[in-house]
Amino acid sequence: MADSIMDLTPKPISGKDCTQHAPDIPGAAADISGEKDDKTYIIEIDHISKWFGDKQVLDDVSLFVKKGEFVTILGPSGCGKTTLLRILAGFNLPTEGSVRMNGTDITEIPPHQRPMNTVFQRYALFPHLNVYDNIAFGLKLKKVDEDSIDKQVRRVLKMVGLTDYEERDVESLSGGQQQRVAIARAIINKPQVLLLDEPLAALDLKMRKDMQLELKQMHKELGITFIYVTHDQEEALTLSDTIVVMNKGKVQQIGKPTDIYNEPVNPFVADFIGDSNILNGIMVEDRKVLFMYHEFECVDEGFQPNEHVDVVLRPEDIYIMARNDKGQINGTVQTCIFKGVHYEMTVITDHGYELLIQDYNAFEVGQEVSMIIKPFDIHVMHKERFNNSIHGTLKDSAHIEMLGGLFECEPVEDIESGSDIMVDVEFEDIELMDYTEDGGAAGCVSFILYKGNHYQLTVTSDNGDDIYVYTNEVWDDGDIVGIRILPKDIRNIRRI
Amino acid sequence: MKKFLAKSYLYILLLVLYAPIAIIILFSFTNSKTIGDWRGFSLDLYANLLSGQAAHSATITQAVINTLVIALIAAAISMLLGSIAAVGIFNIRNRKVRKAIQFANNIPMINPDIITGISLFLLFVSLGISGGYVTVVLAHIAFCTPYVVLSVMPRLTRMNPNIYEAALDLGATPLQAFNKVIIPEIKPGMVSGFILSFTLSIDDFAVTLFTKGSNGLETLSTYIYADARKGGLTPELRCLAAIIFLTVLILLIIINRRSSRFNKEQ
Repeated sequence: MADSIMDLTPKPISGKDCTQHAPDIPGAAADISGEKDDKTYIIEIDHISKWFGDKQVLDDVSLFVKKGEFVTILGPSGCGKTTLLRILAGFNLPTEGSVRMNGTDITEIPPHQRPMNTVFQRYALFPHLNVYDNIAFGLKLKKVDEDSIDKQVRRVLKMVGLTDYEERDVESLSGGQQQRVAIARAIINKPQVLLLDEPLAALDLKMRKDMQLELKQMHKELGITFIYVTHDQEEALTLSDTIVVMNKGKVQQIGKPTDIYNEPVNPFVADFIGDSNILNGIMVEDRKVLFMYHEFECVDEGFQPNEHVDVVLRPEDIYIMARNDKGQINGTVQTCIFKGVHYEMTVITDHGYELLIQDYNAFEVGQEVSMIIKPFDIHVMHKERFNNSIHGTLKDSAHIEMLGGLFECEPVEDIESGSDIMVDVEFEDIELMDYTEDGGAAGCVSFILYKGNHYQLTVTSDNGDDIYVYTNEVWDDGDIVGIRILPKDIRNIRRI
Repeated sequence: MKKFLAKSYLYILLLVLYAPIAIIILFSFTNSKTIGDWRGFSLDLYANLLSGQAAHSATITQAVINTLVIALIAAAISMLLGSIAAVGIFNIRNRKVRKAIQFANNIPMINPDIITGISLFLLFVSLGISGGYVTVVLAHIAFCTPYVVLSVMPRLTRMNPNIYEAALDLGATPLQAFNKVIIPEIKPGMVSGFILSFTLSIDDFAVTLFTKGSNGLETLSTYIYADARKGGLTPELRCLAAIIFLTVLILLIIINRRSSRFNKEQ
């Protein structure tokens, strides 16, 4: 990732986000002014990195959370989101960076002294205590008098819908009930921030939907700041005021759910949030983008003339109709599935691109159709890179050590052996092999993006460098592959 | 026929296994000097034993007291050491190191008693500690502790690893979290470990023999051994053997019940 072109410096979320729900939140009114900026943030995560041994799980993460906000940290498993939450809770120390709460550095404050509480993924209820004692655990430690504990336990039990469950053994409860007890056990302590680690992941779909609504309601009633970790993009869109999308230890995008959905900053976000068609395109000039062999009008500006870009089309934004001469592109329906409210179809365009389309009308398989895409439904993104710039070492005049392996190159004369060099390799010039020994180096497929008529794979090589590969072959996430690059395709060898 | 043979094989095996102890128990209920000489049912030997009228009665009583005291102290200390060790081993992050330590923990259990006895004997001699109560208790702690580790470990591995953190999160200090959350979770394992250690200690002969020194300290096992070598077993010892057998049997049943209940819960 070292040579990634992405600029993802997370910016504080603009003051307006907070005002939408400010009336519900005690104390939030003062924050709207935006004058004393740093006081409005209850949590400031400042350039945090975390290494476990030689594995980096968080890479320079910064995040600012407003008081009363519902922030969701969203990402695939292994993206570092749980580690980030554990650093907030105090279970892990960051390798670099700091965490501030209400302006005070709390990076090294132990968990039991932090005014936050956590709802754990697998509930983590105390099995030897009943529901009442589980919930009263925090208050009893604080030596609150028994009458008051009694009152508060009953109040939170009512809030989570478990009135009269006081004496029950926690292990006799269903998953959903256990989760409610876990939530009750946390909120009874009136934390300033509630941390939730995939709290609904173990519940079935129906229960999950119900609990989502209840959590949202609870957030409104309590006015507590919620920081919620999930891998479920739909959950994130439903619940959050702000979504933080993470991948490979880095923040990809921070924004309101609608912004994240409509204006993803890179193909990863576009692919991860909702369904999407992601295609290669060329920005001919401002508001004109060429893709699928058609020049479309769009609303994006500020690109270089003829810049290569990624184009995102949401499946519900492509208008589909029976074949006529008004369509911008033509194609044939390949599959059609009824999804309850809409139909989901794949259409192969006459130029061989596969598009995912959702529409209320069904078109039969094999039917010829035409499609229109409106300018504001086309979302254009800068490409993260135009080719692979790979760092390596020149071993001798015809060999380069890079990507954790040895590659033959065309003879180099003007650079002495042993120098650090950079080389360029086009995405389509890399061939992936079934057996690692067939390639100059080995790697692991870590991200797959379908681009309508080919796949764009991210392959993480043995030395940790990511390379992008265009291929028509089907690979799976996690496949171990050999990386083959022909000598003539290793270009622009230069000293650094 | 085949079925009959298969079945009787099992019964013959059990009979051979249990015949010696059965004979001792049987002959504890008759008043005779030697085994094999049945003189009708009587509880005289039990009466003699309990009222202190048997030959060397005072020594026997002292041996019983020694055995019980040593077993209680050794079991209690083993329970503490073993539980702490189990928590420590469980928390080792490095898998290889953890496996290695668990393996090291298992060695004393498969090591023959006689080797444990001799090595401890040599250790105490080289350290200049003279044999007696202290050395026997230390030796018993040494061979009981691994069993406690072994009975506490499954409780820890079954435990939701987040509950300790949940306690911290709710405001407990690490010590409070350990007392209020970890201890209740592993308590059944600790109790099983205690009972197991207790029976192992009562049961032990070889290690005790090597570590008891020459100051006249006798436990039941060493006393019975010495007594049997001096012109035949004192008849009352048959009763004692029966009582010990029964006690240990009951303790073993308790342990088995506990562990099968634990397995069912899982």
